[in-house]
Amino acid sequence: MKIINVKNLSKSFGDFPAVKEINFSVEKGEVFGFLGPNGAGKTTTINMLTGLARPTSGKITISGQDGVKDIKKVQQIIGIVPDESNLYEEMSGFENLVFCASLYGMKKEHREKRARELLAQFALDDTGNRPFKAYSKGMKRKLTIAAGIIHKPEILFLDEPTTGIDVKSARQIRELIKVLNDKGTTIFLTTHYIEEAERLCRRIGFIVNGKVIKVSNVNDLMREAQQENVVEFTIDQTSAALKNSLLDNFPEITIKKVSDHNVRIGSAEKIELMPFMNFFDANGVKISEAKIIRPSLEEVFVQITGIEINKLQIEKEGKKK
Amino acid sequence: MKKRLAFWSILLKDMKTYYIKPPNISWGIVFPISWTLMFFIRSAGEVDVRGILPGVMALSILFGTTSMLAVTITFERKKRSFERLLLAPISLNLLMLAKTTGAIVFGIINAFVPVLFASFMIDLSGINWVSTFISVVLIAVTSTFLGLFIAVSVSEVFEAQTFSNFFRFPMIFLCGLFIPIEKLPVMVRPLSYVLPLTYGADMLKFSVNNNGFIPLWASLLALVGYSIGLFLISTHNIQKRWIY
Repeated sequence: MKIINVKNLSKSFGDFPAVKEINFSVEKGEVFGFLGPNGAGKTTTINMLTGLARPTSGKITISGQDGVKDIKKVQQIIGIVPDESNLYEEMSGFENLVFCASLYGMKKEHREKRARELLAQFALDDTGNRPFKAYSKGMKRKLTIAAGIIHKPEILFLDEPTTGIDVKSARQIRELIKVLNDKGTTIFLTTHYIEEAERLCRRIGFIVNGKVIKVSNVNDLMREAQQENVVEFTIDQTSAALKNSLLDNFPEITIKKVSDHNVRIGSAEKIELMPFMNFFDANGVKISEAKIIRPSLEEVFVQITGIEINKLQIEKEGKKK
Repeated sequence: MKKRLAFWSILLKDMKTYYIKPPNISWGIVFPISWTLMFFIRSAGEVDVRGILPGVMALSILFGTTSMLAVTITFERKKRSFERLLLAPISLNLLMLAKTTGAIVFGIINAFVPVLFASFMIDLSGINWVSTFISVVLIAVTSTFLGLFIAVSVSEVFEAQTFSNFFRFPMIFLCGLFIPIEKLPVMVRPLSYVLPLTYGADMLKFSVNNNGFIPLWASLLALVGYSIGLFLISTHNIQKRWIY
């Protein structure tokens, strides 16, 4: 069941088209990743979905409601975690959560109970009375996520949830995202950490220059990106003679030496391991490992967008600082 | 019920975070004392405290409300915490009323600080307190919405303060607070009638000293009109500039 449906959505700023007639949908209960380089239109799209920007044209349907005309009803069932931790500096963690809950009309006892629950869930119960400004970056991020889910939203929009925080906090946040999703919350995630998207998302949409150029299941993306089957052998020796002998015996394969002990064998056909094991054995070569190499989502991203990952991360980290 | 809860929460949060702070409390006391002292110094000890009271009250409201709006709105906008409010399931009108009610209350309290000081110096009998209170409320509402208009027109706190002065200082001299409008140069007088504080100050003069010259109903209508107009323009600007 589609919980978010976007049709021909466009947004222009004067003559500049930031988002160009994009189409995609998000299934209820899934983690949907929205990836793209800086300036691709990710934030503009999120802003349109959450009510911070008005589309120039197109249609948004969220949980069966018009995402433009009925945005105030939609905001009742969505939670938003912006790319910056934007809670109130002077207020304590507990006060911030209670205040955010009151914006959704939660009664005093209910919102205080929920705030305590979330502080415990996010391991912030010891620091709940400290002002937000005294929190570390990781703690601020966790509290901002807690504020986003205080009213138990059906859909949670997470914009770069782990950027600029320590490894431990990032891991905790990824775990929390999984737990939330397991409990049925639909997650709309933007991140520039491709491995994070690979680990968390079921489906991914790629946006480049304001256009959604691909929306697909993560496994399908990997399969499509795999141009040939590759097996990497870890062996005790490599040599030119061994390579030539391999090519003589298996003329349909390609060979790539990865290191002094690693060689990758590629083929358009499925690779049977036994003939290679027998070959190495007959030639006195000992094998310690054989593994199938699949393309990473990072490679898929580079193939689809043409953007180098390092450049993307440096841009984002720089922006955060 | 839900809307009322959100309204009170925003108002109480602003009160706690911004208004009930020692610098603001001291400012509310220091400002009217400074103005009163200024007149004492100017008049070499002979000052008509009751005569200047409406002016000091009006200026206390004007400066108090416009300064606070620059902080509660422009500062939150800069810090992006204002986005949190825009993304909440409450209407923009309710949100802005919640954000401005704190400033209105602050303005009303500020207005009565000089009255308290004056009560130690002069006899305050004969003042129409009901009319005075209504005048103070109307000036506070109009000034707050003027502050709102300024706050949503700029992006930095210092810009808000500078832009506020563009309105505030001409008002001191053109609204008949200390210089009667009829004594102003003829060329300047039309400007006086464009400024909302002219009507508020005149209402206060009527209420405190019974010496205003604009009919009360006309001042009341003008202030209500300015309030509605400034509020509508401000919310329209927010829709246009912040929900882009």
